Amino acid sequence: MTSVDGFSLSINGENRLVVDAVAGESLLFVLRERLGLAGSKNACEEGECGSCTVRLDGETVCSCLVLAEAAAGREVVTIEGLGSEGDLSDVQQAFLDAGAVQCGFCTPGLLMAVDALLDDDSKPDDLTVREAISGNLCRCTGYGRILDAVDRAAAARQAEATP
Amino acid sequence: MPVTIATSIDDACASLAAHPDALVLAGGTDLMVEVNRGVRTIGHVVAVDRIPELRGWSLEGDRADVLCLGAGTTCTDLAEPALASLVPALAQAARTVGSPQIRNAATLGGNLATASPAGDTLPVLAALDAEIELQSAGGARRLPLDEFVTGVKANALIPGELITAIRVPVLDGPQEFLKVGTRNAMVIAVTSLALVVDRPGRNVRVALGSVAPVPLRAVEAEVLVAERLDFENMASPDSDLVDRFADLVADAARPIDDHRSSAAYRRHAVRVLARRAILRAFPRSAPVTA
Repeated sequence: MTSVDGFSLSINGENRLVVDAVAGESLLFVLRERLGLAGSKNACEEGECGSCTVRLDGETVCSCLVLAEAAAGREVVTIEGLGSEGDLSDVQQAFLDAGAVQCGFCTPGLLMAVDALLDDDSKPDDLTVREAISGNLCRCTGYGRILDAVDRAAAARQAEATP
Repeated sequence: MPVTIATSIDDACASLAAHPDALVLAGGTDLMVEVNRGVRTIGHVVAVDRIPELRGWSLEGDRADVLCLGAGTTCTDLAEPALASLVPALAQAARTVGSPQIRNAATLGGNLATASPAGDTLPVLAALDAEIELQSAGGARRLPLDEFVTGVKANALIPGELITAIRVPVLDGPQEFLKVGTRNAMVIAVTSLALVVDRPGRNVRVALGSVAPVPLRAVEAEVLVAERLDFENMASPDSDLVDRFADLVADAARPIDDHRSSAAYRRHAVRVLARRAILRAFPRSAPVTA
């Protein structure tokens, strides 16, 4: 195993120095194990489940498939950057209100995907929503309440945007 | 740091010349799966995802009928309306790759470099007779797709070379990309088929994916229908011609049994897709003669 020199990542607007990393570590691994940001979840490590979804320069990607060092100089936003306890984002609040969270493992990835969707399309139709979350697997809910939550979040964001 | 973040093609080629054994990292959606599994160790890496020259596209030629796509064009980019209107089958193929997260990262050049038999864009590139541009510190060369993809996950890249661009013709005529998998979203092709029509050239080109080590053209089927189809009215061929076309396309497949499907099912699926594609491309009922 080759260790690498320290490198910096911009995470949620903060510059974070990564030390002790080993060559080949994914952004997901660095977030969770080196930087203590455990909100992004680790399941499949092959881009199938979406539970590690982050925004990279605005685009949603699977952080398990991003080489951490190669993300230097790009803007990373993780679930920790979306909202915080006591200051939830509209999408987080909608998931709570709709009861769209069961075991919660897929939730951070879904929140990131839905947040990105609503940034692009404030009134997504049902097919657009289903497509937008097609890369996020949930084995508990059956998706019904997740779809309900997206509707609520879209409505909340529109209400916010309307003066 | 063993990772070089290249900002230009020259920069990337210089790094690759200095480290001929370096891995080229584009979207990472294939490479990082292998790294995470521990089946590929990372030495020097040249990241090419921040090279603006690799992200754009342009129309070339006197009649602006050749589309030059930067190798870093993502699947998301390919499915955007501007590109989808120029090469609809490529957009359809890109649209079936993975999930939105994967399509945001995965690139056309990466699909070629991986050269998986199931690579979704490869049958389309084969049907379009795409030309692949490769560059190294020593210069550039262009290869037709069938010389670039040489086997299962094998290609003609030599150490120090980078895929920089893909050229395809902009054709006047309908295009189809069809894929069979175990479900709709996020699935690897069991079988795929691309069909493109060149109306002025009065020909149809058909290519198959996931039924051989490399993408295959169904040449005999192409020859059969070129002589018999109604390119003026795009009228549907009669059922006898559709059957013969579908049989010849299925005959061109060289499928194997593996964990994803049986050879017999793959050949059956190819026949179904061929029939579906030709009828979608030639949808009109025969003109009524007065």
